[in-house]
Amino acid sequence: MTPRVTFAVAARVLAQLRRDHRTVAMLIVLPALLVSLMWWMFTDSPMVFDRVGGPLLAVFPSIIMFVVTSVATLRERSSGTLSRLFTMPMGKLDFLLGYALAFALIAVVQALVVVSIALYLLDLDIQGAAWQLGVVAVLDGVLGTALGLFASAFAATEFQAVQMMPAVMIPQILLCGLLVPRDQLPTVLQALSDVLPLSYAVDAVIGVAKGNGFTTGTGADTLVVLGFILAALGLGAATLKRRTA
Amino acid sequence: MMKNAVSCRDVVVVRGDREILHGVGFDLRAGSVTGLLGPSGCGKTTLIRAIVGLQARVTGDVSVLGLPAGAPKLRGRVGYVTQEPSVYGDLTVTENLRFFAAVLGVPSSDVERVVEAVDLTSHADARVDQLSGGQQSRASLAAALLGSPELLVLDEPTVGLDPVLRRDLWKLFHELADAGATLLVSSHVMDEASRCDRLLLMRDGELLADDTPQDLLLSAGTNDLEQAFLTLIERKAGAR
Repeated sequence: MTPRVTFAVAARVLAQLRRDHRTVAMLIVLPALLVSLMWWMFTDSPMVFDRVGGPLLAVFPSIIMFVVTSVATLRERSSGTLSRLFTMPMGKLDFLLGYALAFALIAVVQALVVVSIALYLLDLDIQGAAWQLGVVAVLDGVLGTALGLFASAFAATEFQAVQMMPAVMIPQILLCGLLVPRDQLPTVLQALSDVLPLSYAVDAVIGVAKGNGFTTGTGADTLVVLGFILAALGLGAATLKRRTA
Repeated sequence: MMKNAVSCRDVVVVRGDREILHGVGFDLRAGSVTGLLGPSGCGKTTLIRAIVGLQARVTGDVSVLGLPAGAPKLRGRVGYVTQEPSVYGDLTVTENLRFFAAVLGVPSSDVERVVEAVDLTSHADARVDQLSGGQQSRASLAAALLGSPELLVLDEPTVGLDPVLRRDLWKLFHELADAGATLLVSSHVMDEASRCDRLLLMRDGELLADDTPQDLLLSAGTNDLEQAFLTLIERKAGAR
């Protein structure tokens, strides 16, 4: 791994995003819009919004980041730039970390927008500190990024990559505790949800909303999310092949 | 001083259940410009990808600058230009080259030199996706020239370029070779063959000839390279 190369990739991805206004709007505005939509749906029952609003701050950013990043490395593969980079002193991890870093920066902006809107405009009621919710929301965006990059390294074509979203993300959304609290799931599904990253992302948000600080189990949930991020990037790098048929 | 920049022995490549290269062997003398010619689909790109270390399922021996092809120590010492321009369309020429320079760890002052070398100075600040196909492939070539690699492997770098530009690029290739670089340039256009120091003629995954253009013409008894290629194919068919 070479920091020089990692940062070069991150700077380049950001330069490309700067030209792509629609994608940036997608990434930054869409989670806030979706959360606002949910608020509107439950305008007559604010209790429901207070219950699902927090978990949605974990779910929406990670899905949207997943979709965008899952095609990212495929684009480089089909354009031939990945081939060129692999003849250069570019580590596979440099490549993925560069992307992760660039999108982490976007995730920070995304979290700032969606958390501010949820707390101050939509009056989402939480016991914990706003900054804690922000930290968890950023991590959830980065989790979506890391899972997307992993899926991207796994898929052979862009066509296959977009199919990863329903395959990888929807089961996690169903089992993460958003629809049914995780401890009320059938035993097998509960065990399954225990190994899915989004479950911990949602647990962390729920914990922060309840006012549990990072020194409690919520901190552990947050660390598990971080672990999943690092594992997804590591596995993604291991899956990416320099030599292809 | 190393004599051969590239040395291939019994190179076989399998893709799916098909054998693409059936035991190819040749040497590239350091400081030479070698043309890799043959019809589309004959295995040129596969051979090139084996040399730059991107091809899976290669057997036989491919040695590049004294190391096995694809060795980590070769990264950055071999410049590779793919057939399709492998640069980022949504960045300018300069932005692309600055990025690749950063990856290679060469000073960004090198960017100006390579832009000039491929005659793109007037378009240095244009977005690549707004350039013509020929300009895009020159931007891609410029990226491969960064850091002055010892071996340059160029897959059809002159397709779609106007004759003046093609002549200039071949002049550049020879200047690079005179400065010590080794070049392997693939083409499916026979008239480019005469510009090479040496020729590799390929067909159906096999090497038909490995000779200088002059000796090739002499042995085929013609003064036309296209005809010489045909003669070689017929002789090979006759020998079977």
